[in-house]
Amino acid sequence: MPTHPTSTMTLGKALNEGLRKAMENDPKVLIMGEDVGRLGGVFRVTDGLQKDFGEDRVIDTPLAESGIIGTAIGLAIRGFRPVCEIQFDGFVFPAFDQIVSQVARLHYRSAGNVKVPITIRIPYGGGIGAVEHHSESPEAYFAHAAGLKVVTCSNAVDAYSMIQQAIACDDPVIFFEPKRRYWDKAEVDTTASADPLWSANVVREGITATLITYGPSVRTCVEAAAAAEVDGHDLEVIDLRALSPIDWDAVFASVGKTEHAIVVSEAPVFASLAGEIAARISEKCFYSLEAPVLRVGGYSTPYPTSRIEEDFLPDLDRILDAVDRSLAY
Amino acid sequence: MPAQASNATDAGPDVLPPIQPSEGPDFVQLLTPEGERVEHPDYSLDITDDEIRDLYRDLVLVRRIDSEATALQRQGELGLWANLLGQEAAQVGAGRSLTDADFAFPTYREHGVAYCKGVDPVTLLGLFRGTSQGGWDPQEHGFGLYTIVIGSQTLHATGYAMGIQRDGGQGAAMAFFGDGASSQGDVNEAFVWASVFNAPVVFFCQNNQWAISEPLERQTRIPLYQRARGFGFPGVRVDGNDVLAVLAVTREALARAREGSGPMLIEAYTYRMGAHTTSDDPTRYRLAAELETWKLKDPIERVKAYLSRSGAGDADFFASVDQAADDLAAHVRAGCLALPDPDPLSLFDNVYAEGSPLLDEEREQMASYLASFADTEAVH
Ligand SMILES: Cc1ncc(C[n+]2csc(CCOP(=O)(O)OP(=O)(O)O)c2C)c(N)n1
Ligand SMILES: [Mg+2]
Repeated sequence: MPTHPTSTMTLGKALNEGLRKAMENDPKVLIMGEDVGRLGGVFRVTDGLQKDFGEDRVIDTPLAESGIIGTAIGLAIRGFRPVCEIQFDGFVFPAFDQIVSQVARLHYRSAGNVKVPITIRIPYGGGIGAVEHHSESPEAYFAHAAGLKVVTCSNAVDAYSMIQQAIACDDPVIFFEPKRRYWDKAEVDTTASADPLWSANVVREGITATLITYGPSVRTCVEAAAAAEVDGHDLEVIDLRALSPIDWDAVFASVGKTEHAIVVSEAPVFASLAGEIAARISEKCFYSLEAPVLRVGGYSTPYPTSRIEEDFLPDLDRILDAVDRSLAY
Repeated sequence: MPAQASNATDAGPDVLPPIQPSEGPDFVQLLTPEGERVEHPDYSLDITDDEIRDLYRDLVLVRRIDSEATALQRQGELGLWANLLGQEAAQVGAGRSLTDADFAFPTYREHGVAYCKGVDPVTLLGLFRGTSQGGWDPQEHGFGLYTIVIGSQTLHATGYAMGIQRDGGQGAAMAFFGDGASSQGDVNEAFVWASVFNAPVVFFCQNNQWAISEPLERQTRIPLYQRARGFGFPGVRVDGNDVLAVLAVTREALARAREGSGPMLIEAYTYRMGAHTTSDDPTRYRLAAELETWKLKDPIERVKAYLSRSGAGDADFFASVDQAADDLAAHVRAGCLALPDPDPLSLFDNVYAEGSPLLDEEREQMASYLASFADTEAVH
């Protein structure tokens, strides 16, 4: 536990503290996954939790993702609140059936009689020079599945509160963690009251255009906005935080003001969440828009080898290029 | 051929014995850690000293590929390396049992099998350097792409074996996987498929005692080879640090598969002497003493002891192998450093066999976007 309510911590550590708090507050909270116990997770997000809460509450599971989620469902039916870790984005797919066919639908199928308050933590996104299956952005698959809620944090402050809120939520929550931001530090006040889980966050106010983004791309967009100042552009940056449901009011209010919207994420653009966001904005803000909503993201290819991942990922230049194109309309 | 490993216990689940130690008749060993040739009732190996010298050379070269790659990772030349230290005999034994007609389906750690299948180690490094997604032609080498998603390849091997059954071809498939992988649904499904279709596939499990930080006990309460019985085919445990025993058992299993007797599970009992990968820190979860006991069972030392004692290997021979290892290491290093960074536009290559207008458009976009920088640079 941090000795002072406010301390500087990395995003990874903030998640660790948030998990600890959730476990202290609710004895039904369990952690399960591969290497989460003795090792504390490959990113150390669960570091020390097995030591302090025991092997019954922090469970090193056999190596089988479908098993992790499937048994979490049974535990949830029995009244527990499992927090499952999927080691990397690319390894969630063996569990995909349990997640979209079972987790997502149990409440609906049981006419509301069975709650499935499972949190599924998934480190996601690229930029860490990893081998294949370790850099993906599969959020659209989950946002597309009715019955799941999907959130992602972009900084330590949100990480600390959002993980607790996700665990407390009676719906299943897919909790995406921006792995290349695990080491980003911020001042976290563990006593501060948190924003609602389903609210977007205007991380930078501006009037020229709105960058709508989430997760690892938030920092990239904030940096792009700082760079754009040189050109006299005053960009607004919205961190969605919740990907399903989305805080549309925040998005529409911003686009109503700036009249230019650019959606930025690492996921391939085709058939993506960015596509849904662009479509909604076009529908709801049609008369305020000065330009079509643009999307900056990955290409329609498998995630590439690390030596060219920088060409795949949206960076400052590609974001600013989109800003220029939007403003040129 | 052993009929069926029979080590079933009548005891209920609460009193299951601990996972058996590596001894007894169910443990196939032909060369002891001290370098003594021993007999096994079910498996024998007709092998000349010349051939044992070749195996020794293979083991030393494979270890050297591995240590050079580890060094390259430490020096920042590779993003990651999954080392095989300690598993050389398991991989060389299995790799040398495969003929050109056989197809191997590896995990990410099968550098020794790759070597036996004629894949240039430099090519392997591309995946870990981030310059390629694989780099070799699986059809050319009879060696599939490294599969990182745990367990998937066991089904591919089974399907390939079903293909052999159907096109009248020769050969068999061999699926490589780990102790951790044995928990995956895919692996268990592969066992079912292989069994009911009597497919010519050999399941070669390297039980290196660990799945990252999780010990074997987290995956199984019985010895892994005994799982085969429940699926309806034989299983055998072999000393994975004994290249002769592994060669004998895998040869036998492949012969059996080729002649239509169906699948077999081989548990190569071995030890991951290094970290899981270069990103891992094993001091967080296992005791150094464990490594010390396994060092006494080193897969290379016992062959060296045998060759020295029998006189089949003299100082000149060992020196020549060391020289070959140095040469190979130099080749690996130079080749690694020379691996070209991919052209960014190659991103779009081979996503589809028949192309896609969407990708054509995106490639076009990226090309003109990149060209816009070239223009700016030219101006400055
Ligand atoms: C489906 C899937 N889940 C998780 C991982 C992450 N992971 C990589 S290796 C590994 C352990 C594998 O253990 P084992 O099968 O014993 O093989 P070993 O690494 O010991 O050779 C894990 C959990 C993965 N690659 N794929
Ligand atoms: Mg293992």
